[in-house]
Amino acid sequence: MRKHLVSLVVFSLALFMLLPAAVVFASSTKEEAPKKPAPVEKAPEPEKPKPKPEQIFVFGSSGDAVRLDPADVTDGESIQRMDNIFEGLVEYKSGSTEIKPCLATSWEMSNNGTEIVFNLRRGVKFHDGTDFNADAVVFSFARQYDPNHPFNQYGEWAYWGYMFYDVDHMEKIDDYTVKLVLKRPNASIMTSLAMFTTCIVSPSNAQKWGEDAFSHPAGTGPFKFVEWVKDDHITLAANDNYWRERPRLDKVIFRVIPDPSARLLALEVGEVHGIEYPNPADFDRIRSNSDLNLMSEPGMNIGYMAMNTGFGYKDKNKNGKRDSDEKLEKTPGYYEPLTKQKVRQAIQYAIDKKSIVDNLYMGTASVAKNGMPPFMIGYNNAVQDYTYDPDMAKKLLKEAGYPKGFEVTLHVMPVSRPYMFDPPAVGEAIQSYLGAVGIKVNFYQVDWGTYLQETESGMHQMCMLGWTGDNGDPDNFMNVLYGPNSASIGSAGNYAFYSDLEAQKYLDAALLTYDVEERAKNYKKVQEMLHDFAGWVYIAHANQSLVFNKKVKGYVLHPTSRKFFYPVYVE
Amino acid sequence: MKWYIAKRLLQLIPVLLGVAVISFSLIHLAPGDPARTIAGEHASEQTIQMLREKYGLDKPIHVQFWLWFKQVLRGDFGRSIVSNEYVAKEILDRFPNTVELALFSMLIAVVVGFVAGVISASKQYSFLDYTTMGVALFGVSMPVFWLGIMLMMIFGVFFRVLPIGGRIASDISLERITGLYIIDSIVRGNWKALGSSFKYLILPSVALATIPMATIARVTRSSMLEVLRQDFIRTERAKGLSERMVIYKHAVRNAMLPVITVIGLNFGLLLAGALLTETVFSWPGIGRYVVKAVQMRDYPVVQGCVLFFSFMFVIVNLITDLLYVLIDPRIKYR
Repeated sequence: MRKHLVSLVVFSLALFMLLPAAVVFASSTKEEAPKKPAPVEKAPEPEKPKPKPEQIFVFGSSGDAVRLDPADVTDGESIQRMDNIFEGLVEYKSGSTEIKPCLATSWEMSNNGTEIVFNLRRGVKFHDGTDFNADAVVFSFARQYDPNHPFNQYGEWAYWGYMFYDVDHMEKIDDYTVKLVLKRPNASIMTSLAMFTTCIVSPSNAQKWGEDAFSHPAGTGPFKFVEWVKDDHITLAANDNYWRERPRLDKVIFRVIPDPSARLLALEVGEVHGIEYPNPADFDRIRSNSDLNLMSEPGMNIGYMAMNTGFGYKDKNKNGKRDSDEKLEKTPGYYEPLTKQKVRQAIQYAIDKKSIVDNLYMGTASVAKNGMPPFMIGYNNAVQDYTYDPDMAKKLLKEAGYPKGFEVTLHVMPVSRPYMFDPPAVGEAIQSYLGAVGIKVNFYQVDWGTYLQETESGMHQMCMLGWTGDNGDPDNFMNVLYGPNSASIGSAGNYAFYSDLEAQKYLDAALLTYDVEERAKNYKKVQEMLHDFAGWVYIAHANQSLVFNKKVKGYVLHPTSRKFFYPVYVE
Repeated sequence: MKWYIAKRLLQLIPVLLGVAVISFSLIHLAPGDPARTIAGEHASEQTIQMLREKYGLDKPIHVQFWLWFKQVLRGDFGRSIVSNEYVAKEILDRFPNTVELALFSMLIAVVVGFVAGVISASKQYSFLDYTTMGVALFGVSMPVFWLGIMLMMIFGVFFRVLPIGGRIASDISLERITGLYIIDSIVRGNWKALGSSFKYLILPSVALATIPMATIARVTRSSMLEVLRQDFIRTERAKGLSERMVIYKHAVRNAMLPVITVIGLNFGLLLAGALLTETVFSWPGIGRYVVKAVQMRDYPVVQGCVLFFSFMFVIVNLITDLLYVLIDPRIKYR
């Protein structure tokens, strides 16, 4: 009897512990079985050259795509899939934000830079077999800006509203020529056209699927859409009719692996060939693995803390500009000490940014001294950053009339963003640095949607935020984040409410000219002014990092963090 | 019996209505604006306003509820605000994955948990009893994400016998019928897919099974102990029946009722998805999906899922109650 029981216990424990192993053993032998007869099947056709094994590239993504319509996506995961299926009129040069021809072979500006005529590439076919031509271009644009367009109702077109507001319309001149008409010259428009938002979609495919076109993409890109198993994977296959050389990869599979540890494990055992968002804590482990290749470079982003300097304007006519009748008024978060430049400078001196970057970004970022990444046109390297100097901070506080410091509230982001992995930890660091010079920082946390709403309305005293660039143009940082026109209460992007109209003049001038040198000069000037104003503590530019198996060749990181797998192959 | 089932199904109506009202109010009362969340960091006021109008978010809550409810009565859960996909399709895409995982892990939990419980009860206060219950306690208290990573390290990395995570190997395609990969691959006669999907199923099932397994073991044990103290057991022993007969034929059957209840409850819970297990093992189940929907304040999805989950939960409980009759002929429903 006892024997019986003991054996039962042992059996059940063993069953639990060893079930995985036992079953695998059984199934792995099962799997091997069909491998053996395989050569026998192939035997009858020995004359044919042996077909090359399929080149499959599996990428471990952190999440699933949301939609698969390039004009209707805003999240990195969806964009990642779009960038391999679709193409625009222009595209970025490899690894840079300069543009080059793609579906347009050439273009010409006219009429004071308010009209751009594009000559389109001939002989390009969409994945559904139809021709790429001027109608497709007009369709892809018009559905976004024209409320009467029959396909306008099928998307939110979130990017159009704020990146392409200067576009009046796109018109067809002949089958292979189109004209983009702008409301006013905008020097950033050409780089914006390299964004996914203006990728060209097949009109006949859109017609076929109607409201469901978002899950049945058809573009002209190197890979065509095959399958989407929600939350599991998306499969793309090489486009055999691609207008350039056919991609070397036969298949690209985006597999969703939400857990960072599991993602790295999957790469280590070879289940995937590349992963995104590796955990910085794992970097040493990755570097010491000779099978892996860690690719890392400064990302196109900025993480900062903004101080509400007290006065913004209400954009009554919603034109995105501060008109002469729109006067400055107190923001709801107005707080006397922060309106003083000396106080803000004291705060700059009090925070040890290097220590934050080394310890909290774990070295996967660089300290920021300007509000945009160093590799961009117009970056002002001559600006001397505030050093870490608590004594200087105390001195300035005294001069400003706050020898004993004061109490202040800090909005702390509830979510991790690419420009700041761990906002509460950074917040705590700021809290302790400011505490050391006598400024008591209180934490304030709400959910992300409310956070954005409150900060845009200027309800914060100090807040943490950041920005990842969209198109690689300096305007996308300087005007969006620091432009006085963006200091509008309720829809602010300029969270310190910097309102110096002279700076806006420089920013506007930079958009009116297509001369790169001239533009750069304007942006550099504004960066100097922003440095003196001291409304933002620029903390860091976080790196973008990808890890690949060493066998994967040809991948080039792109500053915008977009992922183009066309040149990739597996050795 | 027929009447009983009909009655229980009718009871579903007030339950689902209550669930719908409560969950609708809760998610709408929680701070956060879906239009704001979808539009991102720097969306224009216009875009946000347009989104609000498009999804009727600018209307008063009771109007929103009524509009949604009318739609549901017509059998339409609407479209997701975030993905624009039909909510019903989003659920059906993922639910079979959850069912397959839940069934398989319950199978493990029931077999191992029940056997362990019976054994420790019949050997109360023995070394075996302490060991089994100790292991069970360990099982209840073990965090799934840790266990999951450990299982992956051992079987996926060290021995390399099982995959790290996912649903099926990337290079195998399986045409969908039911969405349950094991069944689909058998029906299609795709043995390669069968082997692969089975392999991918093992680790997440084992990880997910630990907690219900431990609960089942403990409930089985206490229920068995109670039964073993009853008069008829003493009578049987006095009659000279072998201990084996007493325990495995008579006591076990009588001890099963509470165990069935626990199994039913646990299974009902598992059908709502298991966020941690699904995340660690990259399992495309409903748990991950619904949590994301809550974070994005994707109202139609959250509402649809909550209704669907409560429906499944009630049905599973009904089945549990009906099982009682099979096990204990004294129970009769009218």
